[in-house]
Amino acid sequence: MIAPTQPEVTALELSLGVALRSVVFSLPPAILVAWVLTRRRFVGKTLLDAVVHLPLVLPPVAVGYVLLLLFGTRGPIGGWLDRSFGIVLIFTRDGAALATAVMSFPLMVRAIRISLENVDRGLEDAARTLGAGPLDRFISVTLPLMLPGLLAGAITAFSAALGEFGAVITFVSNIPGETQTLPLALYSALQEPGGEHAAARLAVMSVVLGLGGLLLSEWFARRVRWMLGR
Amino acid sequence: MSLKVAVEKRLESFVLDVAFDAPTPGVVALFGPSGCGKSTTINIIAGLLAPDRGQISLDEGVLLDTRRRVAVAAERRGIGYVFQDARLFPHLNVASNLKYAERRARRAPYVSLERVLALLDLGALMSRRAHQLSGGERQRVAIGRALLSQPRLLLLDEPLAALDRERREEVLPYLETLRDQLSIPMIYVSHRFDEVLRLATHIVLMQSGTVAAEGAITQMSLDPKLRALIGPDAVGSILDGTVIGEDAASGLTRVRVGHGEIKVETARLVAGTRLRVQLLARDVIVSTRVPQYLSVRNSLPGIVTAVDDDDSGEGGGSDLVSIDIGAGASILARVTRAATRELALAKGVPAWALVKAVSLRGHSFPAPRPTLERGTAT
Repeated sequence: MIAPTQPEVTALELSLGVALRSVVFSLPPAILVAWVLTRRRFVGKTLLDAVVHLPLVLPPVAVGYVLLLLFGTRGPIGGWLDRSFGIVLIFTRDGAALATAVMSFPLMVRAIRISLENVDRGLEDAARTLGAGPLDRFISVTLPLMLPGLLAGAITAFSAALGEFGAVITFVSNIPGETQTLPLALYSALQEPGGEHAAARLAVMSVVLGLGGLLLSEWFARRVRWMLGR
Repeated sequence: MSLKVAVEKRLESFVLDVAFDAPTPGVVALFGPSGCGKSTTINIIAGLLAPDRGQISLDEGVLLDTRRRVAVAAERRGIGYVFQDARLFPHLNVASNLKYAERRARRAPYVSLERVLALLDLGALMSRRAHQLSGGERQRVAIGRALLSQPRLLLLDEPLAALDRERREEVLPYLETLRDQLSIPMIYVSHRFDEVLRLATHIVLMQSGTVAAEGAITQMSLDPKLRALIGPDAVGSILDGTVIGEDAASGLTRVRVGHGEIKVETARLVAGTRLRVQLLARDVIVSTRVPQYLSVRNSLPGIVTAVDDDDSGEGGGSDLVSIDIGAGASILARVTRAATRELALAKGVPAWALVKAVSLRGHSFPAPRPTLERGTAT
């Protein structure tokens, strides 16, 4: 009764896999967008900022619907991916990863932006006078100094990805073993008569995961701060 | 060889319009009150800030020429920079901070890591991080790091300003050693005359965004504009002399300055050592006869070249008398106006400058090697 069943374990593994991939793939573009928004001045900056934050203010179902329009097999991007590379996102776990990535992207960009704003530009100037070019400076000075915010952003995004519901169910549906992540499995369990025990187990798993993530992030942040001597 | 700078930049509060031409190697002090544009100037030289217009060249290389649209990127200029706040990388320890510079050096190394460690006494600090260092240690590491990038020119922006008196005294000798042992040109920004006095070979005096005066420090010490800035108590001549030997009777060190000789209390120095002596105008007594029966140890014959109104603003009225003691060296003496009248001090009058050896205590420092000032010799 307490031990989770195989389908529940599958849902957990699927959730972790989807969340991990969504974070890994959205981290580089998030760093780039955060950097552009913090350090560059250009026409359309406000618009980019708004677009990035859109998933925060839209209903997740609406985001899922937009993804469906764009990445569906008849959508402009989805059709091209299908024809050119044979990649189908709709109803697949890749699609689930995309949906969670889009939803958690603004959280990640925000965290990275704050950490980038806190990086002392004077240290970058110092690196410059020591002969470091732009990319070298970014990798050897800026990135290590951003590390606390970067980790915090990644962990927050990971936790949010684990809990993403609306965008996922709209875009890739609720297919056990393929796109049924933890919250979707929990939802299904609640729909079935006699699914209370399964629902409880899934809820406990969610709590443990969430709590674990928060503690881990706190531990990381403390360790990095110590490394940076603050 | 020289560093030529002529740049203009419109800033919020004033227009920076700076031009100077300083001999290299040597230590050029950019000296002036806070907010006169000294730091802006060296940021432009380093390439961290773009001027509206101007040219900068170091020896044969052009670093900036806005007319020809040349602007070498800061990371390619080969100019080392020691910041006021050290700016050590907090995520790296001292050894890695030094290695960071060493690895990115764009010129064949002329200072080795071992040499830097020895010159700046960094050996014991290698495994520490910036926050585990004292302010003085941090600056020493920052200087070492800048040197290991093998710069053609080293900029120092008030490197001692954030330190208390004791720490400044701790770091200053290292800077003197650097100046005398490596022939790397340096620009030293400071608003403190005591640091300039210790280190500089050449002074560029800045005032509200422009160069008010410039020249060799020994010449500049006689300049009225510098006098106005440093305050009456610091007014005096700076003489770079050569140690002749020890005076057997008194144990004082004999130093040749101009065509004369002064005796100074110092640690034992070998003959030939260069020594810089500051003779404060208020400590110099003037005589128009051969001085006799006096306790004063130092008496330098010369000719009065000028009697200026002492612009120190002190009440009562005093004059500053310049006495040429030969070989291009002059001494400044502050005397009351009554004394000027009584002794009939005027241009061309022979005079003796008298200085108590005791008043030179703490006013002698290691002097830089003589540099060839433009116009004097080539």
